[in-house]
This record gives sequence, C-alpha cells and structure tokens, in this order.
Amino acid sequence: MKNVDPKSAMGVSVGDVIKVDRTLDIKGQVCPYTFVRSKLAIEKINIGEVLEIVVDHEPASINVPKSMENEGQKVLKIEKTGEKEWHIFVRKDKEKKK
Amino acid sequence: MEFTEDQIMRYSRHILLPEVGGEGQEKILQAKVVLVGAGGLGSPVGYYLAAAGVGTIGVIDNDRVEMSNLQRQIAHNTGRIGVLKADSAKETFETLNHDVKVVTHKERLTSGNIMDIIRDYDIVVDGSDNFPTRYLVNDACVMLKKTLVSAAVFRFEGQVMTIVPGEGPCYRCLFEIPPPPGMVPSCQEAGILGVVTGVIGTIQATEVIKMILGIGTPLKGKLLLWNALDMSFRTVKVPRNRECPVCGENPTITELIDYEQFCSMSH
Repeated sequence: MKNVDPKSAMGVSVGDVIKVDRTLDIKGQVCPYTFVRSKLAIEKINIGEVLEIVVDHEPASINVPKSMENEGQKVLKIEKTGEKEWHIFVRKDKEKKK
Repeated sequence: MEFTEDQIMRYSRHILLPEVGGEGQEKILQAKVVLVGAGGLGSPVGYYLAAAGVGTIGVIDNDRVEMSNLQRQIAHNTGRIGVLKADSAKETFETLNHDVKVVTHKERLTSGNIMDIIRDYDIVVDGSDNFPTRYLVNDACVMLKKTLVSAAVFRFEGQVMTIVPGEGPCYRCLFEIPPPPGMVPSCQEAGILGVVTGVIGTIQATEVIKMILGIGTPLKGKLLLWNALDMSFRTVKVPRNRECPVCGENPTITELIDYEQFCSMSH
C-alpha cells in the first residue's frame, strides 16, 4: 500500500490521501497497449479499490483516463511527476459491461 | 489467467472492447466449438474462430480437398489437393494461432457416432452440405441441449439461425422433415457464388462469439436471410412449434435418424 500526498499533486486534486491497492508501471508502453494493460489490471481488482498507473507516453496521460471514464471507472487524479512521467489514479466503480 | 505478452498484443483489439475485455477474451480461449464440415462455411467459421482465439475447435469432415473446392473453401489451398479436409483445416487454423487446438474427427456423422463426437463441445456449428446431416445434427443438439448455429447457402443466397434447445425453435420447428430427393436441386443445378459462403460463415462465427461472450442478441427464433444480388438482409421470426417432432411437447423422434443420402446441394 502506498499513500499519495495530494498537496504535491500537479494534476486534479482530491481532498484526501489516496490509498493505492495496485500499481501498474507501464513506462515504455505506447497506445493502445497502455490502455489494454490498464484495463487488464483494473479487471483484477475489486470494486472500490484504486489502481495507480504510471506512464511516460504523453498521449496515454490523456487517453487512459478518458477511456477509463468511458468504461465507467472513476479517475481520482492525474499527477505529473516528471518531464515525461504521469501517475494516474483510478478507482474501480464498475465491472465489465454486459 | 495471466495473458502472455504475445496474447496481450494478439487480442488487444478484443480487450479494448468494453463488451469483451480480458475477461471475455479468457472465455473465448476456454471455449470449445465443433464445426460440422470444413468446406465453404466451415472454412471462414474456423478461420475467424481461430483468429479470435477459441481454444478448442473440432473439425468433423471425412472428405479430401478437391480442385473444385478452392473457389470458396478458404481453409484449403492448391498444394493440399488430395489431403483430408480435417487435416488441411487443422494446419491452417493452428498456423494462424498457436493458442488454438484443432481436434480432427475424420468420419462421416451418423446416428451412431454423433453423440460421442459433439458431447464435449459447448457450441456446434453446422456447415454441412446435405439434408441427412443437417437433420441429424439438429436432432442430436436438441437431445444434448447444445447450442447450434445452423446455416445453409444456395447460389446467391444464404440463411442462418441460432438454435438454443429449450429456449427457441429448432430446425424442425421451421422445416419439419427433409424435402424428398426430387425436390432438391441436382448437383448440376446447384452452383454457389464462392463469396456467399464467406459472408454466411462469417455471420455464423459472429453468432458463436456472441454466445461465448454472452453479449448482444443471437438469431434465436429468427431466421436471417441474405441475398447477394439484391444485397438484402431479411430477418424472419420463427416461433417454436409445440408439435415439433423433436423439441415439441410430445416428441415423436426420440432416437436419431439416418436419412438416406441423395445428391446434395452445394457440391
């Protein structure tokens, strides 16, 4: 478990400290595999748990959160932590579409 | 299950679909589907099911590849003339995707062997070219309560229906008994535009994948008719027949029947 201080966040801030249940480091990956891998990871966690996704491919910092929202998940925060590094925090709100 | 790196790439376009995802792809990889015939319909069905990653594909066929098949039977090729179609199809499908295991059944279906052959599969796909087999497959699927994706093609037309025994009509609800031999076009009359088998077989494969995933609405209680010349699709509602001799309330067919073979349609 890893806690993130929202005060240091450069992206969208949520008032509370985010408890991360799983971290997926996919630096080096490009679209669409960034989302494919993020999706496979979020399928493995339970509703209400949080997935932290680390990417270094700029389009993914926009597209992965967008696609997660499209699939009914909650993007809690997008944090830019370096020139080419983003941490995306997603809470699983929904199981697969039937 | 954990996907391998190759699988993540191979199935990425499936995984991206909200209705499929990794969970759906896993279902596809675990599915067992058997094809009756590796000809005009069985070729595209098997090709797309192999591409999709259907883990086990059974192929029932005891014919050999002939030159006249190659205008439509895309699982085979010129170098395989004389080879058993089941072996040729296995080679084609497994080469496309090593995740797929093709089980060959190199025999003609009869009342004596059909139950044992289809019992272990989840879904049966009928791509047979004759009425005795079509009725035998329907009756066996009703008796074993197996989902059957049935199709037929003739000249420029094709039809597809998905049969879910107990939930919708079967082939006999639609056509109670086989036509008499004289009613069926003779071999000389029965041409087929090659691509028609591709369109209809691909629709069958679509139905199979939807059933595996449990998504969408299958052609259950609906007969899809397609005409290539008009480029028209029509869907006709088919009710269950309460007096159907095999799936009705008081079935009279309780044992499988081997109808006499006669000159079949799509040779």
